[in-house]
Amino acid sequence: MLVRIAGNLARFLLSLLAATVLVFALMRVLPGDPAVIAAGQNASPEIVASLARQFGTDRPLPVQYWDWFSGLWRGDFGVSYVTRADISPLVADKVQVSLILVSAAMVLALAIAIPAGTLAAVRHNKPSGALVSAASQLGIAIPGFLLGIVLVSFFALRLGWLPANGWVAPGVDFAGFLSRLVLPVMALAGVQSAILVRYIRSAVLEVMHEDYLRTARAKGLSRMRALGRHGLRNAAIPVLTVTGVQFSALIIGAVVIERVFVIPGLGSMLLAAVGNRDLLTVQSVVMVLVAITLIVNLLVDVLYTVLDPRIRAAVR
Amino acid sequence: MRNRDTASAGAGTGNLLEVSDLSVSAGSKALVSSLSFSMAAGERIGLIGESGSGKSLTATALLGLLPDELTVSGTAHLRGFGPDLLTASDKAMQDLRGDEISMVFQEPLSALNPLMKVGAQVAEVMLQHRTVPNRAAARRRAVELLASVRIPDPAQAAGAYPHQLSGGQRQRVMVAMALANDPQLLLADEPTTALDVTVQSQVLELISAQVSERGTGLLFITHDLAVVANMCTRVLVLNKGRLVESGDLDKIFSAPEHPYTRALLAASDLSATDGRGRLFTVETAAAYVPPALRGGTPPAAPTPQAPRSEAAAGPALISATGLGRTYHRARTTPFGPRPVVNALADVSFTVAPGERVGIVGESGSGKSTLLRILAGLDTPTSGQATVAGTSIAGARESDLVPLRNALQIVFQDPLGSLDPRMKVADIIAEPLLVPGRKLDAAGRLAEVHRMLGLVGLDAESAHRYPHQFSGGQRQRISIARALVNRPRILVADEPVSALDVSVRAQVLNLIADLVDEYALTLLLVSHDLSVVRHLCGRVIVMKDGRIVESGDTEQIYNHPAHPYTAQLISSSLDLSEELAMPN
Repeated sequence: MLVRIAGNLARFLLSLLAATVLVFALMRVLPGDPAVIAAGQNASPEIVASLARQFGTDRPLPVQYWDWFSGLWRGDFGVSYVTRADISPLVADKVQVSLILVSAAMVLALAIAIPAGTLAAVRHNKPSGALVSAASQLGIAIPGFLLGIVLVSFFALRLGWLPANGWVAPGVDFAGFLSRLVLPVMALAGVQSAILVRYIRSAVLEVMHEDYLRTARAKGLSRMRALGRHGLRNAAIPVLTVTGVQFSALIIGAVVIERVFVIPGLGSMLLAAVGNRDLLTVQSVVMVLVAITLIVNLLVDVLYTVLDPRIRAAVR
Repeated sequence: MRNRDTASAGAGTGNLLEVSDLSVSAGSKALVSSLSFSMAAGERIGLIGESGSGKSLTATALLGLLPDELTVSGTAHLRGFGPDLLTASDKAMQDLRGDEISMVFQEPLSALNPLMKVGAQVAEVMLQHRTVPNRAAARRRAVELLASVRIPDPAQAAGAYPHQLSGGQRQRVMVAMALANDPQLLLADEPTTALDVTVQSQVLELISAQVSERGTGLLFITHDLAVVANMCTRVLVLNKGRLVESGDLDKIFSAPEHPYTRALLAASDLSATDGRGRLFTVETAAAYVPPALRGGTPPAAPTPQAPRSEAAAGPALISATGLGRTYHRARTTPFGPRPVVNALADVSFTVAPGERVGIVGESGSGKSTLLRILAGLDTPTSGQATVAGTSIAGARESDLVPLRNALQIVFQDPLGSLDPRMKVADIIAEPLLVPGRKLDAAGRLAEVHRMLGLVGLDAESAHRYPHQFSGGQRQRISIARALVNRPRILVADEPVSALDVSVRAQVLNLIADLVDEYALTLLLVSHDLSVVRHLCGRVIVMKDGRIVESGDTEQIYNHPAHPYTAQLISSSLDLSEELAMPN
């Protein structure tokens, strides 16, 4: 088991290294010299050249890459060519916001989807099961931002229970942080739980037809107890895969909800940086997104190994 | 070997189980029709029938685990349990299941939870019914039970997951689990069908010893008459959901009254042949004489119609020298070497044109790997092989075209090996599309019709899809596809092991006829020694990737030189031998 996890870790580090090269190369391929953009349209060649020297973009590419890479290692993303601000603290802030938002949303989505999906599977031939399936179908069809707007107009504007938008760091005002977190998390979790219900339902249905569940019943376990003791852990394996993929996708996919609720997340930052042609910030955010995705994949792999003894000794 | 002799029938007073008018139906379709029987305490009853006969449904109904969409009627009473098993509430049945009635299933790997240690799975059934005071006691008792089913190092096995045990050990775990609470009734549904022959005989012996020690009633479900003859004292024969005949084993197997029973018996007995040297089928069963009436003399050796190996002259059609195939497993340490598995090691043999060679061995013996290499579907990691003039090792796909023309395969699972979206005509005609064949569509269709006639299917079949046929018919389609481009070599990988008994004899006869007619060289892989004995003049015995013995079939079957061959032969249950044993 430890061998496998060590292997996963090694693969993770290699992928991360490859990603730095790829992201760096992609950003260089894009047209537009950062010095020319920063200097403005009417700048003289001397000014452009001095800016290029200041940014370091006049040096050979391998040197630039090494400079950036060693900065990453220290947690230093460099200084924005456009705003001249230090990028690292900004990115760190946004990462925190996005991770809190998305983690809370995924936890809520799973908390809804696991019982709902299991119910839909167990009662798949009864009206209640069909109702859950239909609700999940509907949930997938409703865009998250629409749900967000509906939630805001009801809970914030009509009832006035919660603030309509904004963000406060948890360290500054925890109650304010929580009250601003509730609505965006509900908006994100609504769609995610609808998606997860479908996967959980089919995973549980499949497990219900497995021979070992029949064995459990033949041992005298009730339907629900057999499912609880023997089924759910087996069903968790495919659900884990989807949860990982959805989590990674949501880090950036939450951008629409961030807009609706005026939340300063990574998605909004990336969108703004692309608009400003802020090359180094784009590069930094993309790198952070890649790293998060790889970390999530690593965690999913490690969890597989913990959950399934067969994977521990898999023949390649 | 005969396990039924140890039965302690009629130990108690009154019947253990009374089933009357048991019917199971799906909508208006009757799956089991008014089945009635009774079982004395400690009695062993064999429930025999082919696929779709309703034998598994009967057991499932007694456990109260039928799927919701099926309806059941009739009554079933278990001694000491008030309510009717068929109408009792699920709550009442839960107390019964695993405690008074338990079941052993066919495929132990899928019947055990893959994510739970086997010791915990055995302990669970005792904790569920509170037959042990606490968890620690359940764990201790589980290890004792694993020891009683003779699993080596039971304490360590208890901490293993199902995939870490062998097939036989997994089925032993299932038996330990089923018997943990000393049930009155054990239902065994084809418990050894998925196991190798040597393992099968051990598991049968184990079940037999355990039920007679505990006085457990046994309802043993199987399609294999030799297994029933080995295990049971009384037999129920089911056909299409109806009980066609029941009675003492010896009576049923020596003087079957119902034509279906006779047909089943005739088709199961691969040592008996009719006047033309062919196996008995359902149609010719009337002429069959059950072995018990053949005066106890050993059955006449079947005479394969093909020329024997000595007679075959000329250069070898297949020759293999030092064939080896290794696989690598995942590393167990980060930088250590990857463990090597020798699927095939130093295999050398030759086959002369027209020979019929059988390859026998248990799972993991390398027989399928060998076939795959000879058929050019896998490459050896060492050694050389020449098949019909084509050298296999290191050959590119384009070099193998002559081989594909000269050698064709019939696979084990006829449904899995036929493309479900292709019509039968296209399936059979596909080999004709190889490079070098210039037949137009009409010519190909004519060939298809000719082949269909040859394998005993009507011309209409050409326009249908594989799922519209029965198992035996599908295997006929496979055979037609294999022979359409007139290969010189026919390779058959367990061609009848997925088929029902009554169909098996027909397909074996068909293969024998076609091998004769086309003067084919036959390479047959089977775990079933009697199939090889019937069809093949020479046999190769494999174990752990090596050939342990090879030679004339009768010579080897009667005087095995290698201890493993001897073990294999003594373990395999033969119907006539089981019946010839004195009761």
